[in-house]
Amino acid sequence: MIDIFNHLLDGFAVALQWQNLLLVAAGCVAGLFIGAMPGLGSVNGVAILLPLTFLVPPTGAIIFLGALYYGAMYGGAISSIMLGIPGASTAVATTFDGRPMALKGEADRALVAAATASFVGGTISVVLFTLFAPPLADVALKFGPPEEFTLMILAFATFVGLGSDDIPKTLFSIMIGLALSTVGLDIVSGKPRLIFFDLPGFYHGINFLVLAIGIYGIGEMLWVIEQSKGKMVITKAEVSLRRILDTVRQLKGSIRQMLMGSFLGYFVGILPAAGATPGSLMAYGVAKTMDKEPETFGKGNIKGVVAPEAANNAASTGSMLPMLTLGIPGSPTTAILLGGMVIWGLEPGPRLFLDHQDFVWGLIASLYAANLFALLINIAFIPAFIAVLRMPFTILAPVIYVLCVVGGYAPTKDMHDVWLMLIFGVVGYLMRKLDYPLAPAVLAIVLGPLAEASMRQSLIMNQGGFDIFVSRPISGSILAIAIVLLLWPLIKAMQKRKSVKA
Amino acid sequence: MRRAELIMAVVMAGFSAYLMWKSAELPVGWIPRSGPGGGAFPFWLGAGMLACCAWIILRWARRLSPPSQSTEPYMDRRSLKLFLIGAGSLTMMIGLIHILGVYVSVPLYLVFYLRWIGNHAWPLTGAVGLLTPMATFFFFEIGLKIELPKGLAGQYFLNELIYYPLYDIFL
Repeated sequence: MIDIFNHLLDGFAVALQWQNLLLVAAGCVAGLFIGAMPGLGSVNGVAILLPLTFLVPPTGAIIFLGALYYGAMYGGAISSIMLGIPGASTAVATTFDGRPMALKGEADRALVAAATASFVGGTISVVLFTLFAPPLADVALKFGPPEEFTLMILAFATFVGLGSDDIPKTLFSIMIGLALSTVGLDIVSGKPRLIFFDLPGFYHGINFLVLAIGIYGIGEMLWVIEQSKGKMVITKAEVSLRRILDTVRQLKGSIRQMLMGSFLGYFVGILPAAGATPGSLMAYGVAKTMDKEPETFGKGNIKGVVAPEAANNAASTGSMLPMLTLGIPGSPTTAILLGGMVIWGLEPGPRLFLDHQDFVWGLIASLYAANLFALLINIAFIPAFIAVLRMPFTILAPVIYVLCVVGGYAPTKDMHDVWLMLIFGVVGYLMRKLDYPLAPAVLAIVLGPLAEASMRQSLIMNQGGFDIFVSRPISGSILAIAIVLLLWPLIKAMQKRKSVKA
Repeated sequence: MRRAELIMAVVMAGFSAYLMWKSAELPVGWIPRSGPGGGAFPFWLGAGMLACCAWIILRWARRLSPPSQSTEPYMDRRSLKLFLIGAGSLTMMIGLIHILGVYVSVPLYLVFYLRWIGNHAWPLTGAVGLLTPMATFFFFEIGLKIELPKGLAGQYFLNELIYYPLYDIFL
């Protein structure tokens, strides 16, 4: 315990350096803007801006992107409330009551409630994170290649078991992501592999950023432009200090929902595949069922804004826990952060806690700072962020496309990757229209090289026998949970059929 | 929508099969005492993808998935137009990078998009068209020291004319 406290103090020494504080502020502002834009969320911001972070050292880079992640969670509420269009999928639940509040002329109350709840959710989850991460990393240090491999299987299994998407399409998405990650040189024999059409650009493999920017930059913009049909009506919001303080006082009545949302969001966020979107929806559902007057939900109940907003911020911190301690991302955004760590030359996994303490603890401490910054910037500049909503897509879209193109070029300095990114973006968009989930593919291309390496190391350790994954107690139990999760939809379907018959 | 789902599944099945065939260039079988060969991992992934495509097609035939039940068009005229403009102009821009380089292609693209698609006024169009490449130059070339592609135009005359003098000033 004392240890954790000392590490945290060291972390603050890193986070409070002026460059890093500046990065936290910049990340919060960028995240708030991106989150406030309808359709764009943390994952798009992190994917598009990751190449820009090569300018600063890894610690600064992760601090910036962590703050951006947070800011986007705050910002998502802005367009949910003001436009009735979720700023990101994570803010969908916020529209249910936030929009009716805005229509009643209480937009400012909804915004302040959302920001305050986000702050509470964020703070509680960072405290939980600080307490949980070191022991979990200690356990994870004992993991060998078989455990690592089965953990990744578990991560993929959660997509099938907990994701609400079409199962064969989810599986396809996972496998195509893994398959794309095998392009390049075979790690064991060093021979070239899957060099499509003998193009030299495939020798360096397919960088995960190419897929991530393709899908979350280009594909997402194509999608958003198509979806944003019709006119948008922006509600007016009057903001004054008196009304803000008044609202904060009123929030006393919804402390329970805030706490519930924070804890629920945090634990749901830890699960890969789940993350902030289902976390916030679940928190909304629970808040509604545990309320004495559930019928007031959906008509502008402030509790319906508070619960999901606390949950989505808590979930974003929660998803960083497995990313830092196990090297398994808990959300698409953390998958990209994990890939970023590889580019910055860090090896993700529990050894980070030993080898790169200032990186880990600097990040954790900066999350505390990011929370506070995001809250203050959010409330102080509510009018500015509302102005962002008026920005037409015909300005935003081409600028984002340009950022995608230069950002896709920068890591490898190869036009081949830019073309590939365009293809991924277009094909991804076409697949998304047919209900193919794309997040599993991004997670898979990040984890692919690690998954293959740990599988083959395990097999070499055991002279080629697959029994190693079952015979070791930890990997065996992880595998068992993964299998249950994989079969879960099948079990549910059978139960349904039984109840229909009966 | 129904037709689109089938076409996508068939195309992806084709890609999966190609992936399997391509993986087979490396040993896909078992290498005694060391486990699977270099091609085995992608080979079996390809096989799994193929199986998923078959499953998707089966569900399509039994009308189980939402797109297979939908009677809406996959893309109506308006969506198709938006898609073609968006993806088409982007493709042109990337293509032109090879010839004109980033710093000519990007402003051209921005002016085209803002002026003709967005109907924005010339001052705004000009400002975005000018500031974006300038910011890009300072961030990538000066800040990160990453040279962005200058295309054939750069190779033949723009390098000497513009870029090298700029490097001399700022680097």
